[in-house]
Amino acid sequence: MSNSHHRRFNVEFHEDLCKGCGLCVHMCPHHVLVQSERLNRRGFHPAEYVGEGCTGCGICFHTCPEPSGIDVEPHSPTSA
Amino acid sequence: MKEFHRPEALYSTFPRKGGADPEATHYCPGCGHGIIHKLLGEVIDELGVGERTVLISPVGCSVFAYYYFNAGNIQAAHGRAPAVATGVKRARPDSIVISYQGDGDLAAIGGNNILQAANRGENMTVVFVNNAIYGMTGGQLAPTSPLGMKTTTTPEGREFEEYGSPMRVAELLAPLDGVSLSSRHALINAGEIIKTKKALKKAIKYQMEGKGFSLVEILSQCPTGWKVDPVESLHWVEEHMLKVFPLGTYKDEPRQRPTPPHPADYEPALIDRVIHAGTSANGRGKAHEPVRPVTLPLGIRAAGFGGQGILLLGEMLAKAGLAEGLSVTWLPSYGPEMRGGTANCSVVISDTPVGNPIVDQPNLLLALNRPSLERFEPMMQPGGVVIYDSSLIDVGPTRSDLTAIAIPATKIADELGTAKVANVVMLGACMELLAFPSQSERDPLLQSISRDEKMLEANRLALKGGMEAARAAAAPAR
Repeated sequence: MSNSHHRRFNVEFHEDLCKGCGLCVHMCPHHVLVQSERLNRRGFHPAEYVGEGCTGCGICFHTCPEPSGIDVEPHSPTSA
Repeated sequence: MKEFHRPEALYSTFPRKGGADPEATHYCPGCGHGIIHKLLGEVIDELGVGERTVLISPVGCSVFAYYYFNAGNIQAAHGRAPAVATGVKRARPDSIVISYQGDGDLAAIGGNNILQAANRGENMTVVFVNNAIYGMTGGQLAPTSPLGMKTTTTPEGREFEEYGSPMRVAELLAPLDGVSLSSRHALINAGEIIKTKKALKKAIKYQMEGKGFSLVEILSQCPTGWKVDPVESLHWVEEHMLKVFPLGTYKDEPRQRPTPPHPADYEPALIDRVIHAGTSANGRGKAHEPVRPVTLPLGIRAAGFGGQGILLLGEMLAKAGLAEGLSVTWLPSYGPEMRGGTANCSVVISDTPVGNPIVDQPNLLLALNRPSLERFEPMMQPGGVVIYDSSLIDVGPTRSDLTAIAIPATKIADELGTAKVANVVMLGACMELLAFPSQSERDPLLQSISRDEKMLEANRLALKGGMEAARAAAAPAR
């Protein structure tokens, strides 16, 4: 797979909603999510996307218990 | 190319929850409820039923489901969600009714409710969230706790000898004739999560097609109650729950259900009127006509000293309503505070069936002593009418939004030879103001009090005196 394929999707975390449960990190089949060393406003280590490798499977979305915690969408140059 | 965003069936912010974080749920980190909410939200979106979905919330951690779901919601008493769901579905057959329940709610206190609803084959969907523990109250033993499980109420672990075996609800319900779908799922990995979603979708589709009762049991992690971290909680399900609660479909036999034999026949407005017959002024009729200044439904409080015939006055008013062909209730108050003190009763007179006999907010008060006026005046509906015995109460009601009618009832009665008939004077005043019952119905009413000729005559005169006094009192307002 080319690098461009790996950048077709983006996982957007809404950091302040994250309770740091780590289920998305645990379940991501591509191991492209990590738990940050940082603390968010609520005192949790939020999950974050390493920036490439997402295939848009949506598993992280479905394992996240927060309704608005994660969006998965096609990568666009303007998104982080 | 699929995108994944919050389903429309879930709100983006939760103003009803409030607090410092109105965008985050109240659930603990890693809680299965949030995952199930999201799956259910997606299914509701995909089936396009958001506008007609009514979620029945239980008691338990998911009691606040109405914070999150952009759908109709009724929060039921503990374990009673299937009964409430039954009522909603029968009254509104087009609605999609989802009873969302935990294991403490469904399998313990609500055990009979779920059995009966399933056995009747109610056309509803039950989402049964089984986390093997009472989460909200701090981790007590549930009917579904596995043997050996340590909880706050079984610190040595659950023993069969004392608590029996964990209850397998999906297996228990499957053999019932009324059940179309009964299956068990888990949230332990991506594949099982997707299977859970598919089961929820199938269950709601069956309901849309009138195919009866579905139960979707979901083994859901409770990291806080189990005292493990969220990722470990997935292993906990695999290790401790899957053996006891095997995943799978225990029944999938959708059958067209006949429409219940007694289809609901009501208007929501009627229910509202029945329930609030004694407490609101939403009745028909013209307000503040001189002869009938209060509207139906009438919520009446009659109050005075014990011995003034207050309860009889209320009873006569109720009978007057009956004679007029109206629905009535009469509820005397026997509170301990009444001993040697005041007596009072509630009377509801309505042109619809009366659902609530207690009059919290009267629109007509009959006060025969001062303490009664002081006690009940603050409860009056705005625009209500107070008829008071001005021979015993020197200062009338102080609220300017009430119509006060002063009737010197005791004085009129006394002049007739006995103060005992003051209550009948008040009755006459009411009849004049209400314009019922008709002339021919009045005497039978008085005869029901006493057939003694002397007494009957006194009551006739008292009634007449009250009617005249009311006419005189109402006249200046014209």
